[in-house]
Amino acid sequence: MLTGSLVLWTIVKIAIIVGFVFNLAGVLTWVDRRQSAMIQDRVGPNRAVVKIGPLELRLAGLLHTLADGVKFFFKEDFRPPKADRLLFGLAPMLALAPVVILLAAVPFGDTVCPGSLWRVLTLDGLEKTIFPAVGRYGVCSGEVGSAVGPIDLQVAPLSVGILFVFAIAGQGIIAAAIAGVSSDNKFSLLGALRASSQMVSYEVTLGMSLIGAMMIYGSVRLDDMARWQGENAWGIFVQPVAFFLFFTAAVAESKRIPFDLPEAESELVSGYFTEYSGMKFGMFYLSEYMEIVTSSMLVVAVFLGGWQLPFLHRDGLTLEFGDTVLLHQDIAHIWMTVFGVVAFFGKVALLCWIQAFIRWSLPRFRYDQLMKLCWKVLLPLSLANIMITGVVMLALDKAGTGAAAMLKTLGHVSQATVAVGLAYALVRLVVWFVGSRDPQRWIVGSAATRADKAGGTKTTAMQA
Amino acid sequence: MKRTFPKHYPTSINAVVVSRAERDLPVQSYIPEVVRGVGVSMKHFFINLRDMLQQNRPDPVTERLDPGISTISYPEQKRPYPDRFRGLHRLTTRADGSPRCVACFCCSTACPAQCIFIEAGEYADGDKRRGYEKYPVKFVIDELRCIFCGFCVEACPCDAIRMDTGMHAVPYDSRDQFIYPKDTLLKFTDRAGKTQTENPRHEPGDASHPGVNREHPHY
Repeated sequence: MLTGSLVLWTIVKIAIIVGFVFNLAGVLTWVDRRQSAMIQDRVGPNRAVVKIGPLELRLAGLLHTLADGVKFFFKEDFRPPKADRLLFGLAPMLALAPVVILLAAVPFGDTVCPGSLWRVLTLDGLEKTIFPAVGRYGVCSGEVGSAVGPIDLQVAPLSVGILFVFAIAGQGIIAAAIAGVSSDNKFSLLGALRASSQMVSYEVTLGMSLIGAMMIYGSVRLDDMARWQGENAWGIFVQPVAFFLFFTAAVAESKRIPFDLPEAESELVSGYFTEYSGMKFGMFYLSEYMEIVTSSMLVVAVFLGGWQLPFLHRDGLTLEFGDTVLLHQDIAHIWMTVFGVVAFFGKVALLCWIQAFIRWSLPRFRYDQLMKLCWKVLLPLSLANIMITGVVMLALDKAGTGAAAMLKTLGHVSQATVAVGLAYALVRLVVWFVGSRDPQRWIVGSAATRADKAGGTKTTAMQA
Repeated sequence: MKRTFPKHYPTSINAVVVSRAERDLPVQSYIPEVVRGVGVSMKHFFINLRDMLQQNRPDPVTERLDPGISTISYPEQKRPYPDRFRGLHRLTTRADGSPRCVACFCCSTACPAQCIFIEAGEYADGDKRRGYEKYPVKFVIDELRCIFCGFCVEACPCDAIRMDTGMHAVPYDSRDQFIYPKDTLLKFTDRAGKTQTENPRHEPGDASHPGVNREHPHY
């Protein structure tokens, strides 16, 4: 039943996740430029400026993204004379649409119980608002006074879950193929051929590597997967090989370096979207960055615990190892919901950032190496992963209660590892940023002497 | 098929043996190498991020060997030219502000690019320099033709032309803007802001004047 408030909730959910993906995709174009500059000891683009009176806003180069968008809209929308009119216009839409559609099945937070977000109590004639905590197990069981019922924080709580995501993500191939064929350009056609064969190949690995995870989680729904990981251990610990396979295949799916054969600039100008300009090119460009975000979302949901944080459950903080509970603290449901959403989006952003590092660190594969990697390495490994997962699961099932208790403790140890690792990394980072550079002065030659006399070459404050 | 090249290249005494990476399992499995590569990227990234956040980038000239971004943001920052940099020409002046140049044509003769044009003139009657020296009515340098070789400075017997302004040729809109007349060249100073030189000029009639004068017995 679609009641008024359900429609409202759905609109809010769509606004949150689509808004996040579009904005992060925009920010990623900036990250790609600026981060690459800093990896390569360059300054990077920082010249786009908005002048408000005496104030010069540069925002560390963020405005270049804005300037790019404005440029895309005002550029000539060129179409080659012999291009297929209908398909040429259709391709960018087909590239962008599936990336947006597959967001419907991605959960970005735990199920919300609207009745338990806050309650207004009347005590001794005084009205008081309290923020209650909910139970750890049983989604919103025993909830009273709620008109809506539990709200899943995903746009469409489909029972097919990740299968829907794969079905929709696979449509991106059609866009690349159509763009290449309709452009009437040899380079575009070659790029489209490469893109479609690469994406079809890697999609097999993408799906196969997940089967082991699905077997362990016992579900194809992404929110069920995240919930299992919160109670037991994150997917990266139970399926480490699958994590690497899936991540590799996901990077390959987004057609970025080291898998950017379809748009290899040195050989194919820019591959299947060579002939596109203006906002049509902008849509391909944006969809490429959105694919990074969505693939990161999938990796987070399946392997990095989704919205879960170590030892934080629906009811609050529970520090436990095996059956011994060291510490328990109830935390209000509304806070847990906020933590979950922030944790999910934070993990996605972190993974996108790491993908940008991979893009700027690795050289491109040769095409035969690319295919060999997929069919001769990744696919057999993912098949072997399924077999081994099945055998181990069966053995653990037969092993009895002792093994189950040990597994539970190991799961909690893995959660502790994540918590300690994150805390350590954070402390290291903070200490690093508080420290300062140890400058080594090299006053050699008359130019350096002159600069030294003038108090350094920095005449004005360094622009970010 | 017969091999044209020997399978092993002959080694000479001063050959450098380059150690190739072992193609062992960690390298071939690619994952440790990926992690190492990303680690190098991260090292550079974090060094530069900290410098940027602290507004404390290494100075591009005095700290140029430090790790970090050593870019000179050109219009805002400039690398100082070294002391012996040959920049735009200037015409040095005497104490009274007139050019030291005696219009001897040495510079324009020495100039391989033929970018100096001089029109010589006599001093007016009654001037104490009349009969001793000429002066440049016109002294024009085409800075587009100039190759900044410095031969004109070497050729000058009077220390009248120098290239110590520390200025490089400025980009203009049209070619005629690059043709510097005498007045412009006289206005240019050295880097300390002076138009004269430390080398004193001995005027005719001075006791220190090295040349012949009209009271000389041979005259």
